[in-house]
Amino acid sequence: MSELQPPGTMAVALMIARKDLAIEYRTRSAFFSSLVFSLLGVSIFYMVWDPTAVRPIDMAPGVLWTIFAFAGMLGLHRAFGLELQTRAMDGLLLAPVPREAIFLGKALSNLVYVSAVLAVTIPAVVLFYNLEFGSGLLILGGIGILAAVGLVTVGTLFSSMTVHTRFAELLLPMLALPFFIPVVVPAAQASAKLLVGAELRTVMPWIQVLVAFDLMFGVACVLAFPFTIED
Amino acid sequence: MTSPSPTGSPADVPVCETVSLVRRFGRRRAVAGVDLRIHAGECLALFGPNGAGKTTLLRLLAGLLRPTSGEVRLLGRTLTSHSAVERGRVGLISHQSMLYDVLTVAENVAFAARLHGVRDVAGATTMALDRLGLRGRELTPVRALSRGWQQRVSIARAIVHDPALVLLDEPYTGLDVSGARALTELLRSLRDGGAALALVTHSVEEGLTLATHAAIVLDGQIRRRDLTAGLDPVLYAASYRDLALESAA
Repeated sequence: MSELQPPGTMAVALMIARKDLAIEYRTRSAFFSSLVFSLLGVSIFYMVWDPTAVRPIDMAPGVLWTIFAFAGMLGLHRAFGLELQTRAMDGLLLAPVPREAIFLGKALSNLVYVSAVLAVTIPAVVLFYNLEFGSGLLILGGIGILAAVGLVTVGTLFSSMTVHTRFAELLLPMLALPFFIPVVVPAAQASAKLLVGAELRTVMPWIQVLVAFDLMFGVACVLAFPFTIED
Repeated sequence: MTSPSPTGSPADVPVCETVSLVRRFGRRRAVAGVDLRIHAGECLALFGPNGAGKTTLLRLLAGLLRPTSGEVRLLGRTLTSHSAVERGRVGLISHQSMLYDVLTVAENVAFAARLHGVRDVAGATTMALDRLGLRGRELTPVRALSRGWQQRVSIARAIVHDPALVLLDEPYTGLDVSGARALTELLRSLRDGGAALALVTHSVEEGLTLATHAAIVLDGQIRRRDLTAGLDPVLYAASYRDLALESAA
């Protein structure tokens, strides 16, 4: 008999995330579709924008975070979709691992994926709208990570809930987008303040909203996940 | 004192046991009060037509479905949604491959080994690949393999952690003659090594080759059960056909 030492929650989460990222790296399907979507989105917003009516610093934050929410959504469905093709999910469920670890692994791979999309979208918006963030760019990066955490925790849970439905790709945005509002609004407000050169302390209330959302929904989604995969 | 079996449980404790097991889907009873026991070193062949409830029964035994009533015991413990350790002693080979087609053969098997907490992942992976004749194909992506070879990988994935209970749902599907022979030999060695096997198949001949016990499942119930020793496959197949036709009528 083989010696078995069931792995811990974080070890399993990392295993699953690494596996998902390896699959994404080899197919590049979700990342490239999100990337193309976000660059097209930035371009379209830029082309319909009237710079004489709206200043770039008023326009850019809304564009950035709206595109972030929709582009991120494109890849979230894939998290559980790839487990469904050959019922690989059964293999995960049979393993002696906590269900929560499966959620954490999926959320982690989604976080890397959404952060990668954001890492391209932010410079694109900065370039198109000729923005001057200065040292605020680092803070914007931090806000991006906080927003990404919020988006992927909620998005991963809803992806798990909808993946078995007939209209999963339609249902996921309908369910998840309302929950993205508390992520997009503080991120856009904080970015707008950074653009006008505001100090960190004036941005802090919005950052606190993001942190609170991440903590609250992070815990809630981890606890709720096992119920979404019960038969 | 009872000596421990290779499964790690006392020899008189069945590896798998069900008590009045019922599973409903809406108003339909897919499994309607099944009681069975499979001990270490036994192989139970479950025969039945499509829709008889065999796959549902296997998914209940694996803990992938919750019973509507009754219970499943694995290694003496009632299976619940929290029975992670017990679930980990099950190997499942289902209709679908449960593989990631972009990953290579070795990556798929090693991933399953890691998830189950196998200490020597490389050693266990190599051994499982060897047993299924997959050496030389380790670095091939699964999607580049034929259906039969994918089935072999799927079986290697299911046994890499040396499960105490192996559940097989039509495992011969897609296998050529050499693959089927390799699978039969593998299952025989697992059974003789102390694993308990539950084998769902339409083919009486295939099932009786390995099984120590046989059961005919119709309408979610076990309608006939036998020890296979001394059982005439031709007569048994005729009896199965008659029961299936009677049930369909």
